[in-house]
Amino acid sequence: MRKEYKEYKDIIGDGGSNIVGQVTQQIERLRSRMEKVKHKVAVISGKGGVGKSAVTVNLASAFSMQEYTVGVLDADINGPSIAKMMGVQGQHLKIGENGVSPAVGPLNIKVMSMDLLLPSDETPVVWDAPSQEAAFIWRGTMEVSTLREFLSDTEWGELNSLFIDLPAGVEKLPNVAQLLPNLDGVVLVTIPTEVSHFVVKKSAVTAKALGIPVVGLIENMVGYICLNCGQVGDLFKTIYDGKKMADQMGIPYLGRIPFDPRISISSDKGVPFVLEYSDSSAGKTFIEISAKINGFLGRNK
Amino acid sequence: MKYLCLECDEAMEFVEAEGPEKGSLSVTFICPKCRKGIALLTNPQETQVVRALGVRLGGRTVPPEPFEQVRTTLAKQREGLFHPEEEEVIWTEEAEKRLEKIPNFVRPRAKKVIEDYARERGYREITPEIMDEAGEKIKIGM
Ligand SMILES: Nc1ncnc2c1ncn2[C@@H]1O[C@H](COP(=O)(O)OP(=O)(O)OP(=O)(O)O)[C@@H](O)[C@H]1O
Ligand SMILES: [Mg+2]
Ligand SMILES: [Zn+2]
Repeated sequence: MRKEYKEYKDIIGDGGSNIVGQVTQQIERLRSRMEKVKHKVAVISGKGGVGKSAVTVNLASAFSMQEYTVGVLDADINGPSIAKMMGVQGQHLKIGENGVSPAVGPLNIKVMSMDLLLPSDETPVVWDAPSQEAAFIWRGTMEVSTLREFLSDTEWGELNSLFIDLPAGVEKLPNVAQLLPNLDGVVLVTIPTEVSHFVVKKSAVTAKALGIPVVGLIENMVGYICLNCGQVGDLFKTIYDGKKMADQMGIPYLGRIPFDPRISISSDKGVPFVLEYSDSSAGKTFIEISAKINGFLGRNK
Repeated sequence: MKYLCLECDEAMEFVEAEGPEKGSLSVTFICPKCRKGIALLTNPQETQVVRALGVRLGGRTVPPEPFEQVRTTLAKQREGLFHPEEEEVIWTEEAEKRLEKIPNFVRPRAKKVIEDYARERGYREITPEIMDEAGEKIKIGM
């Protein structure tokens, strides 16, 4: 028989660990930081290497060109590339009263990326752990903690929009959705190949299942522009029509960006392409797409 | 988590959490009546569950620093980024002796708390008086 002694509910408080109180404070900190950011947009794809980061940087820049205050969060913790593409690598972060001041890129774009915390380009992200096994277990949870801290501890200030560059795949989308319950939506990026189309569909389905609005689909690297004669050629053998796919899935089609070698040259240089070549065909497309996204965000409020 | 001293039927009081060290947290509780103590020791998984919450067991005396978890867990960081040099504080002999008398399961925390207190106020040397002062402000049971 059970001896007579106090039960859980008989003991007032939480045993002294104060976990609930601290978690509540954390949520409050994130909420009050994000309150000043009007719109949050995540850029995702199914496959890697389709140009998510380049698209994120250029859309953010196109927004800033229209005098909006913009931030970019590199949510690709293990493969950060935003700092390099925005030319802010090596900038110092300062810890202030109210958080960590972000790096500042062209047109005053605020940037936070793991890149800024690592000693060099080549350093992989490694978490301090007592053993290899533990390091493996810790990786996932540390990624979420890092995202939470990047969002809530960065001094973003008042922003019109925060663009979030996610790693390939949709595994990290639920984390972002949980941290940002009022995410405005996701922008899907694909290239015109069968595999990419197949996986981007899955991403759209995942987003919908999480209750996140889909802002629309961007097709990247569609056709090759010859810099000598200006002619457009096909980059991929078979062309999969993104517009048709978007229509079938019932999501807005935002536009197609040609393959333009200057996009990757600009990325490597750290100067957003759209700032340098706003009159090029790809540059104009970025600006048009940003206007469509802006329209979506406007309707969203 | 709540702990009960079966002998006294008293809720045990949280004393402190230490670690993680070698992947383990040790959380100590003491019975306010018979003064018996127990320690809860976690394995790496359990440790990470707690860490992932980004909380300090037992609450905090100061709010969390920005980027606290990244800063304390990222193995290789850019030099000088997040490590503002901490000023050395010295313990006088008398203070040192008094520190020795603090039960060893609270001593490391007490030491840290007192040092932080001293730094915050610009003291370079910790004397028994400062220990009293600190002890009053932040109940650490000395
Ligand atoms: N339309 C384009 N024309 C030419 N180069 C492009 C275009 N879009 C992206 N690139 C280049 O292709 C490379 C891959 O792009 P990016 O890094 O943006 O892809 P990603 O989807 O973010 O990749 P990852 O999955 O690794 O994060 C980069 O060098 C980028 O500059
Ligand atoms: Mg990328
Ligand atoms: Zn007892």
